[in-house]
Order: sequence, then C-alpha cells, then structure tokens
Amino acid sequence: MSKFTQSDSKSLLSRENQDKLLNGAIWAAAGITILFLLWVVWHILSNGLSHVSWEFITGAYTRIGEASGIWAMIVSTVYMVMLSLAFAAPIGIMTAIYLTEYAAPGSKLVQVIRFCTESLAGIPSIVYGLFGMTFFVSTLGLGFSILSGALTLAMLILPVIIRTTEEALMAVPMSYREGGYALGSSKIYTIWRLILPSALPGIVTSVILSTGRVIGESAPVFLTAGMVTQIPDSVMDSGRTLTVHLYKLTQELFTQHEWDQAYATATILIVLVLALNLATKVIANRLNKSS
Amino acid sequence: MNKLQVSNLDLFYGENHALKDISIDIPQRQVTALIGPSGCGKSTLLRTLNRMNDLVAGVKITGTVAFEGEDIYADVDVKQLRMRVGMVFQKPNPFPMSIYENIAFGLKAQGVKDKKVLDQVVEDSLRGAALWEEVKDRLNTPAFGLSGGQQQRLCIARAIAMEPEVILMDEPTSALDPIATHKIEELMDELRKKFTIVIVTHSMNQAKRISDRTAFFWMGELVEQGETQQVFNNPQDSRTQGYVSGEFG
Repeated sequence: MSKFTQSDSKSLLSRENQDKLLNGAIWAAAGITILFLLWVVWHILSNGLSHVSWEFITGAYTRIGEASGIWAMIVSTVYMVMLSLAFAAPIGIMTAIYLTEYAAPGSKLVQVIRFCTESLAGIPSIVYGLFGMTFFVSTLGLGFSILSGALTLAMLILPVIIRTTEEALMAVPMSYREGGYALGSSKIYTIWRLILPSALPGIVTSVILSTGRVIGESAPVFLTAGMVTQIPDSVMDSGRTLTVHLYKLTQELFTQHEWDQAYATATILIVLVLALNLATKVIANRLNKSS
Repeated sequence: MNKLQVSNLDLFYGENHALKDISIDIPQRQVTALIGPSGCGKSTLLRTLNRMNDLVAGVKITGTVAFEGEDIYADVDVKQLRMRVGMVFQKPNPFPMSIYENIAFGLKAQGVKDKKVLDQVVEDSLRGAALWEEVKDRLNTPAFGLSGGQQQRLCIARAIAMEPEVILMDEPTSALDPIATHKIEELMDELRKKFTIVIVTHSMNQAKRISDRTAFFWMGELVEQGETQQVFNNPQDSRTQGYVSGEFG
C-alpha cells in the first residue's frame, strides 16, 4: 500500500490529472479524424456538386466545349467492378473455405498460402499494373482492355477477399460445426447450409470493400485497360474508369472548366464510395437480423 | 443387451495419454453416467462413441468401440453412425435459424424435402423434448429467442429428430439454472424408455438421480463401474469412495 502512495506523490501529475490528460488526448484524436473526413468531403462537394448535372452524368466526354460528360467512365467502372469481382470473389471465397474448413490447421500448405496472400496484399498496386501490362496485355494478347484491367484488379483484391472471408468463417462458432456433424450431416452440407450463411455478413462486407478498392485504383487500371473515353462495346475494348478519368483530368488543368469537371468527377466518386459503405452496413445488418 | 461395447481403448492427444485401457459396456435403454473430476477423460470417452474426436487433429485411438457388435473405428460410415448415435453438448448450440429449421436441419441434410414429413417430425421431436407447448406458436422465430433451458431442450429435440438409438449428453445441464436443469432431468426420465443414454456429469447428485449405471474416471482410467446405487453406496475402490463422498474432485 505504502509503495503505491509513494510513487503517486513522486509523479509529476496526480492520478486524476493523468486520467484527464489521456482522456483529452483520446477525444482530440477522435475529433481530428472526424474533422479531416468532414473537411475533405466538404471540400470536394462544395467545389464539385454545383457542376454535377444530369447532362454531366449521362453525357459523352468531349475534350473541348462546355457540354462534357462522364457516362462512358461510369459504364467502364461498372464493367470493371463486375468483371473483377466475378473472377476474384468465387476463387477467393473458395480458397478461404479450403483454408478454414478443409486444410489441417497449421499445415505447411496453409502456412504457404497465408504467407502468399499476406505478401500479395502488401505489394504496391502499380507493380500489379506493370505485371498486368506485360502478362495480360502483351503476352496473352488481350490488349488494353476491360478484361486485362479486370484480371489485374482481380489479382489485387484476391488477398483481401481471402483474408476477410477467412476471418468471417473463423468467427463462426465451432459449436455450429460440431452440432452439424453430430447430426450426421455431410461436411459440404454443413458448410453450405450452416457455416456459410452464418459467415455471410462478413463475406458480403469483404466483397463490397473490394468493390471500393476496384473503384479506387487508378495506376494499375490505366496500365492495363487504357484510357479510351468511349463506352466499351465488349470486355475486349479499352475503357477509362472514373478514377483514371480524374487522374487524367488533373494532369491537364488549364481552364476553370477543367477544374470544375475534375471536382464534379470526384464528387461522383465520393458519393459512390459513401453509398457503398452505407450499403455494406445495411446489408450486414439485414443478414444479421434474419439469422 | 449391450448397445455399445468399449474394449481396451487407449486414446492419445499427441503425447498426452488421455484414456488408458478403458473397457465398458453400455446397456440398451438405460442411463449410464460418466463421472469424475475435470480432465479425467469422461468427455473424451463420450466423444469417441460417435467419433467426434475425428474433428480434433492429432488424436490416436487403439482398441475397439463396438456399436451393436460392429467396430465403429473400422470400415463404418461416420455420418450413418452419428445419425444413430446422437449428441447433446454442454453449452446449448442452436443454429442461427428458426426453431423449425433447427429441428429439420438433420433431415434436410439427408435430402428429406416433403413438407408433411418435416412438419410431423418437427412436432414429434418437440413433443418428445417437452418443448412443443412452449414454442408451437412461434416455430418460425429465431431459436436464439429461447431461454437457455429451452435452447437445450431444442438441441435434444434436434437430436431425437434423427431417431437415434443412443443419445450422448456432455454435461447437458452445466450451463443451466436449477429449474431448467430439473426440467431436463424429468425429460431424461422419459427419454430412457426409448433411447440408450450416456451422460457426462459433474454433479454427483444428478448421476444419483437419473442414472442406472455409473462409471467413475480418474486421470484417464476407468476406476470403477456398476449399478449407480452400488457405486455410490458401496464403492469398491478408495478413490471412488473419496470422490463420491465429496472428499476431493
């Protein structure tokens, strides 16, 4: 007892003041985080929202002239998201199922796959772009196309999907598996009807987060899908996604009109990402409630 | 007649010798209680009876477990075995679905789709587990809405929906309050008429109240087994004597 009171009296601040200081620091940190977020969103929206119009969203892009739009970029972005998810989601989810449900825990193979996915997740996206440009665009001869871009982005988001799906599956209580197997259910039925539905909110979240990642990438996209500002007729056509478009616009900001276009594009991107995050919340809540 | 016959069973978790030369007969339509201090191997033995230990990595088993004369560790379909030897766990583990779907899960896994059959089995099983009257108006609500005791009876209903011959119970009342425990014990008195029951319990009073036969485990060994009355009133081994009189454990 005496030991504690002694050290208390020696310290510069009383225990109570230490508490207050720490509390203040935590509140300040939280406040700064929120402030920055609001500031960025406000900055983009206040500069961009007034230039977003129906014509801007649905119009064709022209380099000169006032009536320029981003419809082609929106279409390219949607293609890119759907196609890259179509490649990465099934492979990623099945890999995660293998790792958590089938592979012997701690086996060499599991360790190797984990190491690979963790390393892949840390590689700068531009490196994926370089790889995609060499392999998909040239070697496989897919050219600068939505397909090349989607394959490159699929590689990029694969580790994210595997990791988050794995976590969602591991969060499913062991007692569900035991309960399922104790009834004589097969492994595949138990996984399909019991484990996967329980992990669904987490899996959906992981897929939507990956969507955000696909929308957000620029460098690996223009290295593989090119920058053509037309609506792609097929996945073999080049296309410019919204983020690439914004990057391109900021490279040549000469007139006020070009600034306005850049901010308007950024506004669309921010609204998209916020909508995605909101959708994640709503879907995860729904799925949680229904179970 | 013996439903299950364990002969010279040894079980290792890696280096750990968890069960040592166990031989025990489980007679049909009786309640056999496995008692002993924590870590004595009673739950481990229970889990060898429906091969739930298969789920644990690094388990090695020698000796035989015969179910109606057939060695379940030889060439046996584990899924078939588990349908005939059901299990109820320590902590109620309803699935995250409706009461109805919980009961129907096992049958649906076997490909039963006929709504009429499923409806009937759900009702019969819930009646069998003394839960029907409490839940008949809310079969489609989530099972998580039930109280702990109701959840455990739901798990019993889920097990009997498969029409097993044996039900293994791993401390089924240790997570429940005394009233819920009493209800489960009453239920077991009904279940013994149709099923062979093996129950692991920490409560010696519970073993005394509900079981026909008792087996006492101590550090991986089966020290003593026999009629419950005899094991409690006239134990042959000094360790059994010490445990049932409450001196240790």
